[in-house]
Amino acid sequence: MHFLEFEKSIETLYEELEKVKTSQSKTEVDMSSTIEKMELKIAEERKKIYANLSDWQKVQLSRHPNRPYTNHYIEMIFDKFQEMHGDRNVKDDKAIIGGFAQLEDQTYMIIGHQKGVNTKLRKYRNFGMANPEGYRKALRLMKLAEKFNKPVISFIDTPGAYPGLEAEERGQGEAIARNIYEMMNLKVPVMCIIIGEGASGGALGIGIGDRVVMLENTWYSVISPESCSSILWRSWDYKEQAAEQLKLTPKHMHKFGLIDQIIKEPDGGAHSNPKQMAKTVKRYIKKVTEELCAIKPQDRINQRIEKFSQMGFYNEDAKA
Amino acid sequence: MPEGIWNKCPECRNTSTKEEIVENMWLCSKCDHHFRIDSPEYFKILYDDNKFELLFEDIVSKDQLKFEDLKPYKDRLVAAKKKSGFNDAISVGVGKVNGKKLVTACMNFAFIGGSMGSVVGEKIARGIDYAIKHKLPFMIISKSGGARMMESAFSLMQMAKTSAKLTLLAKAKLPFISFLTDPTTGGVTASYAMLGDVNIAEPKALIGFAGPRIIKDTVKKDLPEGFQRSEFLLEHGFLDFIVDRKELKEKISDLMGYFRK
Ligand SMILES: [Zn+2]
Repeated sequence: MHFLEFEKSIETLYEELEKVKTSQSKTEVDMSSTIEKMELKIAEERKKIYANLSDWQKVQLSRHPNRPYTNHYIEMIFDKFQEMHGDRNVKDDKAIIGGFAQLEDQTYMIIGHQKGVNTKLRKYRNFGMANPEGYRKALRLMKLAEKFNKPVISFIDTPGAYPGLEAEERGQGEAIARNIYEMMNLKVPVMCIIIGEGASGGALGIGIGDRVVMLENTWYSVISPESCSSILWRSWDYKEQAAEQLKLTPKHMHKFGLIDQIIKEPDGGAHSNPKQMAKTVKRYIKKVTEELCAIKPQDRINQRIEKFSQMGFYNEDAKA
Repeated sequence: MPEGIWNKCPECRNTSTKEEIVENMWLCSKCDHHFRIDSPEYFKILYDDNKFELLFEDIVSKDQLKFEDLKPYKDRLVAAKKKSGFNDAISVGVGKVNGKKLVTACMNFAFIGGSMGSVVGEKIARGIDYAIKHKLPFMIISKSGGARMMESAFSLMQMAKTSAKLTLLAKAKLPFISFLTDPTTGGVTASYAMLGDVNIAEPKALIGFAGPRIIKDTVKKDLPEGFQRSEFLLEHGFLDFIVDRKELKEKISDLMGYFRK
């Protein structure tokens, strides 16, 4: 199990618990009541810590290596999934996956950023940082979904679009811009679920939907707190302040009207109980599918365009 | 734009007076270097007899998030306004180009690096509404370091907002000319700047999604000569053509002609 720095007290309790368990199996003395008490203590400690997380700690949680990724949600929620590869032009981007998925009698098109679970796979997935091909594959699959009238579900979890030489050569900016533009007018329902990191254009490139929601311990911002710190504070040391200033948590985003809903995570975060997390997401998907399918396609598009057109704050006073 | 009486060209070190540069459309007379200019200069180049109407000037930035880094955003706004003379990083004008009416949203780099915040998004949105209402072609002159960090997700969402509005312009079958100038990077490149019916750029303008320094730090090697410049983008298929400032007005006028029914 992986513990974050602010989970140290939980880690210590865990270690004690493990010791007790080991000695129980060695000595064959029944210590179940002690174990039970300790487990309760751990649960309480976890609840206490998680009730008072700073914005920066939430950012750290969103990157927890044990957090479920797009493929985990696909496995846990859907009955069947057929991954589909390639943008039909350059290559198959491993940082964005997609394909048809079946949930009871409803077929969906799934797209999502994909991170790797170990060192080798993290590299293979390019840490969830997509190249233009990834965005173009996603668009190809969304257009396919539109043609056969299947709702689109987008799982967002990226530290940003990849800033590389080839990415620029092949038009990273154009790829993201095109997706945003085309997603505005997709005739099928689109729901976007931020399951981890929602960094900037890399997230928005598959982030235009009738519903955009965030899991509780995730973030969405124009820039990561680290990069923001390095640019505005001219030092990497102000990431905590940057996280606070950017107001990147689901609570802020919902208050600002920039997302539609916050999805509650299990106590201790999505990684502490992925099954329960997936169950909650599944329930949400089923509910929203019904809601969105009840709206006429053109009305849905109009509402989507209207929603994004309203975003922003400014003063409108003569010659201010 | 050059400021002192004498100005050295950053390209060829040629020295000329401010008058000479202005006379020459803010170009170096020796090497054709395009000095950075903002909306008043572009409007002067484009619009007949420098006659145009500025639209939506009463829309100004608001520090909704109470953002503070080394300086409060509120103070930055006041300082930027004072220093640049602009209300925000974009000005929208409507006027005639060779007798044909055009709505132009032109970014002002002098205002916090031409950064895109809520005001930039709203003024583009209203410019598009205006173009649709009056059935006019629409142009955006991009010159921006990207999204305005001090408006966080609100600035990010301006990419979505402007793109949403551009779909409405397209449905009205009105042309959108995207004109990219030095520099056009970040969220501006990843939204409206790349969505033109035609994408055109000034020579040697820096155009990209990620900034060159970030890319260099990521790939850990030197970037090739001319990387992310207009000519590079033309070569890779992201621009329709490159236009010299001296030909800008005629080219825009021609384009409007081609688009006419
Ligand atoms: Zn020169």
